[in-house]
Amino acid sequence: MNTLIELKNITKTFDDQQVLKGINLKIYENEFLTLLGPSGCGKTTTLRIIAGFDESDSGELLFDGIEISKLPPYKREVNTVFQKYALFPHLNVEENISFGLKLKKTEKSVIEQKVKKMLALVGLSGFEKRDVTSLSGGQQQRVAIARALINEPKVLLLDEPLGALDARLRKEMQTELKKIQKEVGITFIYVTHDQEEALSMSDTVVVMNDGYIQQIGTPTDVYNEPENRFVASFIGESNIIEGKMVRDCLVEFDGFEFECVDKGFKENEEAEIVLRPEDIDIVKPENAKITGTVESVVFKGVHYEIMVKTDLRSYMIHTTDFFDVGLEVGLSFGPEDIHVMWKMV
Amino acid sequence: MKYFKNLVKPYVLWSSVMIIIPLFVMLLYAVTNSGNSLVNIQFTFENFKRFAEPVYLNVFVKSLKLGIITVAICLVVGYTLAYIIAQFKERTQTVLILLVTIPMWINMLLRTYAWISILSDNGIINTFLEKLGLSPISMMYTDFAVMIGQICDFLPYMIIPIHTSLSKMDKSYTEAAYDLGANPVQTFFKVTFKLSIPGVLNGVIMVFLLSISTFVIPKLLGGGQYVLMGNLIENQFISVGDWNFGSAISILLASIILLAIRWMKKIDTGENSQK
Repeated sequence: MNTLIELKNITKTFDDQQVLKGINLKIYENEFLTLLGPSGCGKTTTLRIIAGFDESDSGELLFDGIEISKLPPYKREVNTVFQKYALFPHLNVEENISFGLKLKKTEKSVIEQKVKKMLALVGLSGFEKRDVTSLSGGQQQRVAIARALINEPKVLLLDEPLGALDARLRKEMQTELKKIQKEVGITFIYVTHDQEEALSMSDTVVVMNDGYIQQIGTPTDVYNEPENRFVASFIGESNIIEGKMVRDCLVEFDGFEFECVDKGFKENEEAEIVLRPEDIDIVKPENAKITGTVESVVFKGVHYEIMVKTDLRSYMIHTTDFFDVGLEVGLSFGPEDIHVMWKMV
Repeated sequence: MKYFKNLVKPYVLWSSVMIIIPLFVMLLYAVTNSGNSLVNIQFTFENFKRFAEPVYLNVFVKSLKLGIITVAICLVVGYTLAYIIAQFKERTQTVLILLVTIPMWINMLLRTYAWISILSDNGIINTFLEKLGLSPISMMYTDFAVMIGQICDFLPYMIIPIHTSLSKMDKSYTEAAYDLGANPVQTFFKVTFKLSIPGVLNGVIMVFLLSISTFVIPKLLGGGQYVLMGNLIENQFISVGDWNFGSAISILLASIILLAIRWMKKIDTGENSQK
């Protein structure tokens, strides 16, 4: 895959507050890349710098190998779907979608054809003459996507586009967006704070916090092999335990040594261990190293969320089996369930 | 809520006594002969017919022309200023808008007198020209003087509604336009200006209304011979004493203004529904 956009050491400060503290990122062709992080982490600023609405203070922004930091947004080959859609209220659906093409002096018949095709793509055929203010949130969203895609950009930027929709519609649009991305075959850069959205749609997830990129990887990588405490706690539920790597493939925590699959640490290096709640099995106390008592049980629909209190801490476990409060239990997990991370400085 | 609704009653009473009843009295005057007593009313359309005489029609056309030019200049200058102000930070904007409104705190008569001392034959401008060795220009009692006075007095009424609609406009609209490939000029005409039309119309209506009915400014800066609609009405009531004809002109003027407002509102809604 070819690199399409490259950010090199991008920084940005707003009113004495450094929002981006050196972002390095490569974005490839046809990739669905998600910038994921809590609010204020710099993900939207990164997107706005790529779109050209904000200019970085330092660093390079390469598009197809060409520096574009100083290029105004109207000359960039990217289009944006805005958080609040920003559909022009004085224009109808068709006029909104054809806005970009009309500026390029495209022939009328071609515009008409393309608008039809776009409306079909987003499932709004026959909506040409509708007033945009009369549309529902989901429909406005689709018009916004059509308006951006009709210009055949190389990259589509989406700034929390599903944030304003209700949960069911959001799920629907997630699948739809992924489908559209496959169909048009261009790069999508998607900004969200919703980890589930990020994991289910993306090819690559970029986890950001506090102006830094914390981890870049596939959804499975980011979930299963979080690089640090922030990524582990931000994505999914997790038990984070302090411990140390005795040597390659052997980790020690809570007073016991466990086999694991992680390598590359120094001998006896301090580390943090992630145990996902769904990776821990509850067994009889005599079959496990770590034992404790069931402290609480909460039914969550598909599974129970059980807190087990050991001498040192409480573990969270997700299981479909029921264990009553007060029961003495053991906690078991395999080597591949243990994820060792570098300690955050 | 009921309690609060009752609060409107004093206002209703006040406006019916002070506005609606006088309007009816005016209407009555307009359609009757002069010298009537209440017992012996004679209805007539003479007063309206009289307005069709060339002398009065000329005054009307002159007023209309001056009003339209004033509105046009106020619109260009006012929009530019409002647009520039809207680019600043919010706090700076508040200060700048305050500066725009400050002249309105001063009595209009005073402001107009100030223009006399600037424009008159031995006023500031001419003294300055003389110092430079240039011959003085006579500016008082011309269309130019009246227009300057009107524009400076009415400009805030144009700036404020336009600024309001510009400053509350979501920034993402212009960003969306840039994003779709519109350069700053295209963005302004295709998006920003179109979205600010409600503010523009409010400003236009306000300035037009003020300039077509003013009588102080033409009287002071235009001189005794300079007659606009406002002066015509004033003369009928104060010097001529023909309240019937004065009322008829007032009502004609009010109807024209109302029609103009209706027409402009129609343009506004028409643009929104079809465009």
